[in-house]
Amino acid sequence: MKEIILIAVAAILVENFVLSKFLGICPFLGVSKKLSTALGMGGAVIFVITLSSAVTWSVNEYLLKPYGLTYLQTISFILVIAALVQFVETVLKKFVPSLYTALGIYLPLITTNCAVLGSALLNMERSYTFIESVVFGFAASVGFTLALILFSGVRERMETSDIPVAFQGLPITLIAAALVSVAFVGFQGLFGI
Amino acid sequence: MAKSSGKAMSTFTNGFIKENPVLRLVLGTCPTLAVTTMAKNGIGMGIAATFVLLGSNIVISLIRKIVPDKVRIPVFITVIAGFTTIVEMLMHAYLPDIYKELGIYIPLIVVNCIILARAEMFACKNSVGRSILDALGMGGGFTVALLIMGSIREIIGSGTWMGYTLTKDMFDPAIIMILPPGGFLAFGFIVAAINKFSSLKIRNKEIAQGCGLNCTGCPNGNNGGDS
Repeated sequence: MKEIILIAVAAILVENFVLSKFLGICPFLGVSKKLSTALGMGGAVIFVITLSSAVTWSVNEYLLKPYGLTYLQTISFILVIAALVQFVETVLKKFVPSLYTALGIYLPLITTNCAVLGSALLNMERSYTFIESVVFGFAASVGFTLALILFSGVRERMETSDIPVAFQGLPITLIAAALVSVAFVGFQGLFGI
Repeated sequence: MAKSSGKAMSTFTNGFIKENPVLRLVLGTCPTLAVTTMAKNGIGMGIAATFVLLGSNIVISLIRKIVPDKVRIPVFITVIAGFTTIVEMLMHAYLPDIYKELGIYIPLIVVNCIILARAEMFACKNSVGRSILDALGMGGGFTVALLIMGSIREIIGSGTWMGYTLTKDMFDPAIIMILPPGGFLAFGFIVAAINKFSSLKIRNKEIAQGCGLNCTGCPNGNNGGDS
């Protein structure tokens, strides 16, 4: 139990996907302009990563490993993720239309979000058990959402500030991200992780 | 003849300056930030991605007339994933040091938006020859951008370059540059410098759409890669 909590805390704070592992930078820069879009994207990512952690772990354990095909991990995972996203989209549309409209446009974008494939690969690399994989996936995506929400607050404030011309747009966003990231560096060494 | 060779040349050089994938189109930011703690890693990543880009551009350009429009994205991703696996295995066998340094970022080349974007915007519309030039140009531009980022971070952050000691003995290096915040910081300043010295500004609009939401910010497509 202690280990699972450690994995979760480490994934949210110490190894935050966006701010210390650089996974999912594109959506981080793309949709963190407003709190509402950040929340929508975060919700969709939590949903998909948690599911994909469970599915990719099973695919690896019961399909790839017994037949000695682990070198096909990259191909099979990306296809599994793409299929899963499509599946989730269809199911949500049919059964939970309210959630579908909320997550709607963010779902298709997730297939190529490197955080999803990244978390699946990290699970394999660290040979986590099924439960650990799911917890890690869930916690990592919560960390992703946390970074997105924190950063959207920073960006909303930046809208009204006076920025030098050359720094407008992407550069100031990156520099603000650097400062937010400094805060997360402070978590390193927490619990000796 | 002169005209077509000029066109070929511009296809090649486009990727370096005018449409540099990282610095201009803001594609493939994840590996750019993650692996550039050392100049050497930047080059390793750049070459690996160039190889995948070259292979996928050739294959996609060859099959562009066979693949039905509706399933083209899954087909592209499968082709790219195939080449990524080849690169992964080759690097594991021949360059174990860099393989270890780059870690999961090698398999993550699959979701590097530069590659899917080039497949979608260039290779599926142009001949094999031009696709090869485009891949070399774009891959070269990516490598150069990673090398610049890596050099800046390595020199400031650890006082060395390519493993050779430069300023390490003169003053204490600023370790923050090789930690995650340094990546954002260096990238931000480089883009700002380019904005300052060029007339072609990277507009606000392109950033929002460059990667996160379809590739409408890119030059001639409206449905390129995300990542």
